[in-house]
Amino acid sequence: MQDIQAAFLAAFNLIVSLDADLFEIVGLSLTVTLSAVAISCLLGFPLGALLAISRFPGRGMIVVFISSLMGLPPVVVGLTVYLFLSSAGPLGSWQMLYTPTAMIIAQTLLVTPIVAALTRQIIEDLNGEYSELLRSMSARRRDILSTLLWDARYSLITASLAGMGRALAEVGAVMIVGGNINHVTRVMTTAIALETSKGELALALGLGIILVLLSISINAALMSLRTNMERFAYA
Amino acid sequence: MNRYFCHLTGLCLLAQTALLGSALAEDFIIVQSTTSTQNSGLYDALLPEFKEMSGIEVRVVAVGTGQAIKNATNCDGDVLLVHAKSSEEKFVADGYGLTRSDVMYNDFVIVGPASDPAGIAGRNDIALALQKIAETKAAFASRGDDSGTHKKELSLWNSAGIDGPAASGSWYRETGSGMGATLNVGIGMDAYVMTDRATWIAFGNKGNHTIVVEGDPAMFNQYGIVDISPDRCPNVKTDLADQFIDWILSSNGQDAIAAYQRDGQQLFFPNAK
Repeated sequence: MQDIQAAFLAAFNLIVSLDADLFEIVGLSLTVTLSAVAISCLLGFPLGALLAISRFPGRGMIVVFISSLMGLPPVVVGLTVYLFLSSAGPLGSWQMLYTPTAMIIAQTLLVTPIVAALTRQIIEDLNGEYSELLRSMSARRRDILSTLLWDARYSLITASLAGMGRALAEVGAVMIVGGNINHVTRVMTTAIALETSKGELALALGLGIILVLLSISINAALMSLRTNMERFAYA
Repeated sequence: MNRYFCHLTGLCLLAQTALLGSALAEDFIIVQSTTSTQNSGLYDALLPEFKEMSGIEVRVVAVGTGQAIKNATNCDGDVLLVHAKSSEEKFVADGYGLTRSDVMYNDFVIVGPASDPAGIAGRNDIALALQKIAETKAAFASRGDDSGTHKKELSLWNSAGIDGPAASGSWYRETGSGMGATLNVGIGMDAYVMTDRATWIAFGNKGNHTIVVEGDPAMFNQYGIVDISPDRCPNVKTDLADQFIDWILSSNGQDAIAAYQRDGQQLFFPNAK
């Protein structure tokens, strides 16, 4: 109980003292996670939408495959990316291991299946409503895709938030490919793991509280963006 | 929709380029190292001093000794600083390292709960203490992760004539994780734990555990440093790596190690030749 009180105090102190190290770590967490989510959306939205409106042999298998990738253990993704980026690996010459870029790659692999699978479901539902209309207009495939994606934009924000939750919270992948190097690749989750291993449980939990606050702020910001957009759209 | 995300990506890519740019602009080396040296805060004390003198940034990847050696074998580092002498010598003999030097030492200790179920508090004979733990089946938390500390622990069980790991799952409990995590587990389950003294002194969650066994010469803990061979790893920055190694073995580096204290206690004792 004492530790829990101390944790809130630690979180409070870190925030009000504008701790420089904390801001650096939070900044890197946001850079890595938002970049990974943005890339995942660029890949996942079209991929999911394409799967939703296409019919071809083996489609069911791909849908099941992508859905199961949502459960990929971060450690496995981290290890795989490590083996590729390691100097002894096939992409070793890129010299990217232990950089934020490596962390973005790992998180993109974790988040893209989530965004793609949720997008597929959202677009498939919407397509059920729109398909006759779109067919009667004999719209081209490209136009169908962009119409559906545009009209589903509010639901897609939720899909991207689900992906972001995953990226912001995971530690296994970024620990392996980033190396938790101070001032270079240390992010919120790896800092929490480090403080836990130093036995500084209150400070670790304090950082955890700040991570939760961060997540709430991002979600609130995107949700209010969504509400404002909807009001504008239907006014 | 696309507009928003392009905007977002654009910003992120910019930020990323800035980050990468700053990383490339500086001279840096990667040190594959053990957790005890990082968790005890030693690097935070040493590295700024070295950077000021040389301009070289030292990036530390702190993992168990086993993983550190594996990463170095994959050429993912310029320097190896760990504590498992025979593994380090094998690393050099296999051609992955150029030279291995002693850097500093401290010792291992056994920490245990105040209730001391095995009745070993105050002893300095590690073999006898381990025998008592096995006899009374008192809980013992082992790293179980192929780290330097784990290897040392296994050799101590071996010298005591007991196959501790054979009891894995009953009183012998392998956490399969780092020193700090194993201490957290050991303290949570009132188990004995073997740890290096530096990690213990700096550890923030001691609970009611204290040092119960210390002072046996068999619990000596030697740290060594190795530069990674450019013959095996063409990308290695041997020049920068050797500057770091020369400094840490020099009187300046050795004095800095000796000067580092936590709670008024010296954590590492320099012994470079």
